[in-house]
Amino acid sequence: MKKIYLSIVGFSLLCRLNVQAQASYSTGNANTPATTISHTDYDTTDYRPRRFRLDEVNLFSSYYTQNGDHSAVTGGIGTEKVTDNSNGIDLNFLWLNNSLNKNTLSVGLGYDHHTSASSAYVALNGGAKPGGTRIYPSLDWTVENTKQGTSFGIGAYYSGEYNYKSKGLDLHWSTKTADKNGEFGVKLQGYFDEVKLIYPSEFVPQPTITVIPAGSYVITTASGNREVVSTAGRVISNSKNTLPSSPRTTLSAAFSYSQIINSRLQVMFLGDVVEQNGYLSLPFHRVYFSNGKDTIEKLPSQRFKVPVGIRANYFLGDNIILRSYYRYYMDSWGSKANTASLEVAYKVTPFFSISPFYRYYAQSAAKYFAPYEQHSASDEYYTSNYEYGQFQSSYYGVGFRIVPPKGVFGWQNLHELEIRYGHYSQTTNLVSDVISVNLGFK
Amino acid sequence: MIKYLTKILFLALLIVSFSSCVHLKEYQKNRINDSEMALTNRKVEKNELNFESYRESASGANAGKTGGGCGCN
Repeated sequence: MKKIYLSIVGFSLLCRLNVQAQASYSTGNANTPATTISHTDYDTTDYRPRRFRLDEVNLFSSYYTQNGDHSAVTGGIGTEKVTDNSNGIDLNFLWLNNSLNKNTLSVGLGYDHHTSASSAYVALNGGAKPGGTRIYPSLDWTVENTKQGTSFGIGAYYSGEYNYKSKGLDLHWSTKTADKNGEFGVKLQGYFDEVKLIYPSEFVPQPTITVIPAGSYVITTASGNREVVSTAGRVISNSKNTLPSSPRTTLSAAFSYSQIINSRLQVMFLGDVVEQNGYLSLPFHRVYFSNGKDTIEKLPSQRFKVPVGIRANYFLGDNIILRSYYRYYMDSWGSKANTASLEVAYKVTPFFSISPFYRYYAQSAAKYFAPYEQHSASDEYYTSNYEYGQFQSSYYGVGFRIVPPKGVFGWQNLHELEIRYGHYSQTTNLVSDVISVNLGFK
Repeated sequence: MIKYLTKILFLALLIVSFSSCVHLKEYQKNRINDSEMALTNRKVEKNELNFESYRESASGANAGKTGGGCGCN
């Protein structure tokens, strides 16, 4: 909290100094020549083509690798080795409608392929599939009234992987203040997920065999597949059944207010209210009780989350931009967290910047968390997933951004190239590295 | 008591900060409009926000997603 107070005192002082500087500048230039050309007289920035056109294409790619020894699949012990290769494309289309409102249609498609060593231990012998893919298309349509400074949009989202499907919808609205120096925004989101009930192998029912009158028999497997087998051992018919799923719903309202403080500083206040209900555990996470017996993670079917944050970006001198962020988080499972980050973007030239960054995160444990063999069998809820444990983490790295006027590598259409590398470490021994690339085409 | 005082002090400082905001005309916003000054996440941060929300309890208040996707590996 001390850091917040000091930051706000700092902002306030900066604002006051800038007000004085501007006031003295205005006084000194009181006798403006009568022939001065008004900026609005020849302003051509309002020129906007009306036709539907592809404005921007973004290609992104990312490689993530992780290691640790507290996997939730094996009850808070065991390997957490993961690799994830993520690729995607975002297309932005623009057009003006009859009322000259700006319309933006964003179409996105992402594809991830991951390997996860712990997934193999869903089967007790380590023989389960240790990887998978995820595909996630998205769509967003926003209408912006530039004269009134308002915008309204709707979005849809889907994410599909073998054991988890998610469908999302959102509505978002924003309005600028009369002087266009502040903006208030609201985003309502709903995610409707299905968790496939894949249990650790020791909890999967053994196949059942039922003899039917004709002398054949029916085998029903744990996943519900049925095979009718003749007495000679020949499969007469089979029917596949999908594994049952359980729903998980997430509803959220996200509020934001941004304000330009002066010509170098702007801030944004963010606050979300999130409610989750349904099956919030994961069926293949084990928990080992203090008596040595294991079971499946069990968490309450409802969770409220309230994160609030502030961003402040400051243009220092002519070529340094400070990008800062702070968030306080609390939820109904008893977890509290603080996140603070600072990025210093140094413009080597107007078209090339280097941005080292550092992020610090600390959270307290949820009341349902205990490490391996620390839970009592009489506990109502239990998890050994270290995501809910107490830890601190550091994340640091560097980013590069190139936006040359003649295009990256002289290719006019490739207007932007961003590369970023980061190293992440938790006090739980989990470490990861991520490298990401974004290419922007116009 | 100290808790209430700190809250009041926090609110007072917020009000003082905003009372000294300067009204800028569009042509005075050259620094504010610099693309790196945007109060949003960078496009290249997309995957980072994903893994942070899966590895940590806290999420939200960062103009990102608040749900969807398993991330359970």
